[in-house]
Amino acid sequence: MKSYKIEDHILVPKHIKLNEDEIKKVLDFYNISIKQLPRISPKDAVIKNLNVKQGDVIKIIRNSDTAGETVFYRVVGK
Amino acid sequence: MEFKDLKGRVSERIIEDLKKALEDRKISKKDENKIVEMILKDYEDAQINPGEAIGIVTAESFGEPGTQMTLRTFHYAGVAEVNVTLGLPRIIEIFDARKEIKTPMMEIYLKKPYNKEPEKVRKIANLIKGTKIIEVVNEFTINLSSLQVELILNKPKMRDMNITETHLVNAINEGIKGVNIKQDKDKIILKVKPKEDELMETYKVKEKVKDVYIRGIKGISYLLPVKKQNEFIILTAGSNLKEVLEISEVDETRTVTNDIFEIQSVLGIEAARQAIINEASKVIEDQGLDIDMRHIIFIADVMTRTGDIKGITRSGITGEKESVLARASFEIPIKHIINASLLGEEDHLNSVIENVLLNQVVPLGTGLPGLVAKMKGNKEKDKEKYKK
Repeated sequence: MKSYKIEDHILVPKHIKLNEDEIKKVLDFYNISIKQLPRISPKDAVIKNLNVKQGDVIKIIRNSDTAGETVFYRVVGK
Repeated sequence: MEFKDLKGRVSERIIEDLKKALEDRKISKKDENKIVEMILKDYEDAQINPGEAIGIVTAESFGEPGTQMTLRTFHYAGVAEVNVTLGLPRIIEIFDARKEIKTPMMEIYLKKPYNKEPEKVRKIANLIKGTKIIEVVNEFTINLSSLQVELILNKPKMRDMNITETHLVNAINEGIKGVNIKQDKDKIILKVKPKEDELMETYKVKEKVKDVYIRGIKGISYLLPVKKQNEFIILTAGSNLKEVLEISEVDETRTVTNDIFEIQSVLGIEAARQAIINEASKVIEDQGLDIDMRHIIFIADVMTRTGDIKGITRSGITGEKESVLARASFEIPIKHIINASLLGEEDHLNSVIENVLLNQVVPLGTGLPGLVAKMKGNKEKDKEKYKK
């Protein structure tokens, strides 16, 4: 048995929790309400350590095959 | 328009490529700006317009090559135990988000000192392989007079596999509760603690003991060390990502399984999305077909939108559509329409298929924008008029 970080796995992109100001910026940029964002479960293995609650927005920086690097947002759901 | 203005307006890869291309050449500032402007224009021209029916384009892009896919499952290079589901059945498995896949498989990568020598790789493979009691026992019998289960051991096989009686006793001790274990010469005797229905219990124990794991990891039934580029990896039949990652020799950053739900539970929804993309493009590549990555990415995005993996089935994303008519037009229409009428559901006709059913303009392309005309006249009066 050993301890390992799932964040290091090649399939797992970087997850960052946003603060209130950043959330507002994102929603203004896309001109949407928070309900329209894709969701992520609060029990999701990756964000367990980020100490999230319902309504938080997670910024995800993916490695994309087509664009190099893309940014994606998910809101923490129920 | 200058080079630094590109950031945020085109994808990272284009910026990097352009930077590389500009470095080697002597280009004046003026020409550079011209190039930047042209790139930006091309990039914006290539973007999807609002109202473009990307869903149907994706569906058609998959549909036609899908007819050319094979329907068989293949064997892995002469090894009967390792099957791989490929072609159309695998694509259906991925996009329907089946929980139980036909051939779960893992690719186990090992850490640096272990992945070069075949001997070491084999040793680790033996450690991982799940060994059940049934493999080292010749016979399971119930002694009816004393109500005992007797396991007659296959001693030579046990010696080969490096398993002792103590291993067995420990494994049974952990695996089955409420039995007394006795050791005889070539036998292990299990006696159920006195209960009401002792014979029945004894029979249950006899069946249960067959599936007790002596060592190794549950669910992994076959291991095959293979060479990939310049290192050895282990292919497995059966999958158990969580426990394999906990083995200290395993490289926990690269080891993957083809079971997408397992990836979701261990590595999260984003990893599952990437796994869907990887698995689908693996099949497509394998079949010698060419489908643009963006279609696969789009499907993976839609499937993982809710934070859970939802297949493209009536219980998955299609079943979650808001419109009653859209759901009814996919599968089992009568059930959907009856349920909707019982619940008093409304259909706002916001999407494509329900408008096709009603012979109306669909909100796509030029049908998407509405026309608003500002008329001269009394505003208050107009408002009332439109309310009616």
